Amino acid sequence: MDGATQPNPTHYSISAAALDRLMPMHLTLDARGIIIGAGVTLAKLFQGAPLIGQSLFDLFSLRRAGAITTIDALHARVGQTLQLSRRDGGASLRGIAQRLAQDQGFILNLTFGIGVVDAVRDFALTDADFAPTDLAIELLYVVEAKAAVMGELARLNLGLKGAKSAAEARALTDTLTGLGNRRALDEALARITDQNRPFALLHLDLDFFKAVNDTRGHAAGDHVLVAVADVLRTATRDGDIVTRVGGDEFVLVLPNPPAKDALLRIANRIIAGLSVPIPFEGQDCEISGSIGIAQSLQFTPVDIDQMQAAADAALYASKRAGRGRATLAMGQTCPE
Amino acid sequence: MHGLVNRAVQCFLRDTFGADIWHAIARSAGFGADGFDTMAVYPQTMTDGLLDAAARHLSRPREMLLEDLGTYLVSHKTVEPLRRLLRFGGADFMDFLLSIEDLQGRSRLAVPDIDVPSLTLDEVEADVYQISCISPIAGAGHVVMGLLRAMADDYGALVLLDHQGQSDNQGQSGSVELIRVHVLEARFAAGRSFDLGHPTLAGPPPAGPTPAAPITAGAA
Repeated sequence: MDGATQPNPTHYSISAAALDRLMPMHLTLDARGIIIGAGVTLAKLFQGAPLIGQSLFDLFSLRRAGAITTIDALHARVGQTLQLSRRDGGASLRGIAQRLAQDQGFILNLTFGIGVVDAVRDFALTDADFAPTDLAIELLYVVEAKAAVMGELARLNLGLKGAKSAAEARALTDTLTGLGNRRALDEALARITDQNRPFALLHLDLDFFKAVNDTRGHAAGDHVLVAVADVLRTATRDGDIVTRVGGDEFVLVLPNPPAKDALLRIANRIIAGLSVPIPFEGQDCEISGSIGIAQSLQFTPVDIDQMQAAADAALYASKRAGRGRATLAMGQTCPE
Repeated sequence: MHGLVNRAVQCFLRDTFGADIWHAIARSAGFGADGFDTMAVYPQTMTDGLLDAAARHLSRPREMLLEDLGTYLVSHKTVEPLRRLLRFGGADFMDFLLSIEDLQGRSRLAVPDIDVPSLTLDEVEADVYQISCISPIAGAGHVVMGLLRAMADDYGALVLLDHQGQSDNQGQSGSVELIRVHVLEARFAAGRSFDLGHPTLAGPPPAGPTPAAPITAGAA
């Protein structure tokens, strides 16, 4: 024990003005909880309404794991973090209470906590309203800097996202016709089987397309393919997936398909559209199409490879039966 | 729902069940496997759709998945930054519990439009607390429960948790779920280590006397 010669005070006294400078958000209370002193910044929050003489509990509701409504309850929470909210609405505050010496009452020091951003705006507070030891200004700085950086990043992100979806769309698109490509077909099939939705698969192979290419040239062939894409888009519904998977091969995926008669009607409408001569450089190109149709309901469980093989087989049945017609897998060819 | 929330569900499913299962769930919920953008805001039906698709695909009750999600948010290394932020809540589990009402405000300080549940803590009796959780997502209380369970482990506290279902929502939007927290022992085990100081975010060490540079002989 070597402190005998040095006084080691357990209590200090400090002027109210000095206390105000140290803690501009404090309240002093008498032993009954009546406010006997208030820091200058805290007084600003009440915009001139008198605080002295009011009961703490009339101005604020206090909480710590439940409401604190009496001075005895506050006494039991001395030294603990408290939540305060103004009874007239507005900012909520965080604080800590300590007892004053000789049962003079309590001192309650308060802070805005994370509400500081709103409070500074609502009460037009300045640097001078905070104790120099308070990190409020630094917090404001971080919040604003973060918002500025996040804004920049969000803009950057939006740009990247646009570029990404454009690149993805390109990767899934057949550039000549604007229809989906084989990758788009694979994704669509994976999605629709995952979702367990019934669908029909239409496999279309153009008839006499090679002749157009051979006699009229590739430009004519490309022109025909673009026209075919228009026929397919017109004949299908929103939500149907239309893809070009090879030179003159197209696959259509129709979710929630109609019954087989209606499916055949759709296919025949497509064939009728394809059979309309397509003018190119003053001369008509004449093609047609053969279609094979498979329905997912014919397969339990649904197996994409089997369905594609069935649609393929149906397509070749159409070709063998004289082209320009549609065939249902495991069913009839139409028109006979 | 904020993209961060959806992204958390996505990372949870991916890290817990694997990328293939995540892809299958994403497809069956009707969106791409790329998943969510952390900076975007999505309709809440998407979040609900994703949770329901995951529950269906994994044949688990949605509540159980949500509780596992809460545990994941604290305990998985992918989301270690989140665990750190949660540990800012207090030096021990009791402090953390008592600061839980601040969670929503603190989250909004970082991300203004984030949908963190509003939590209220009430002491029921000695060492027994009730948390009321209000969120637009049904079952969010189960996330809170999983999170509390993992935080108790993290702090080394021994805690009994009980989801007590929903109560009348008293005119508030969304559901109010009640969680009973019985703190048997706040410092039961050592818990995981935590320093307020971030290992890499802090600036350079303060300038001090620099050790003399070693003298290299035979310089060219």
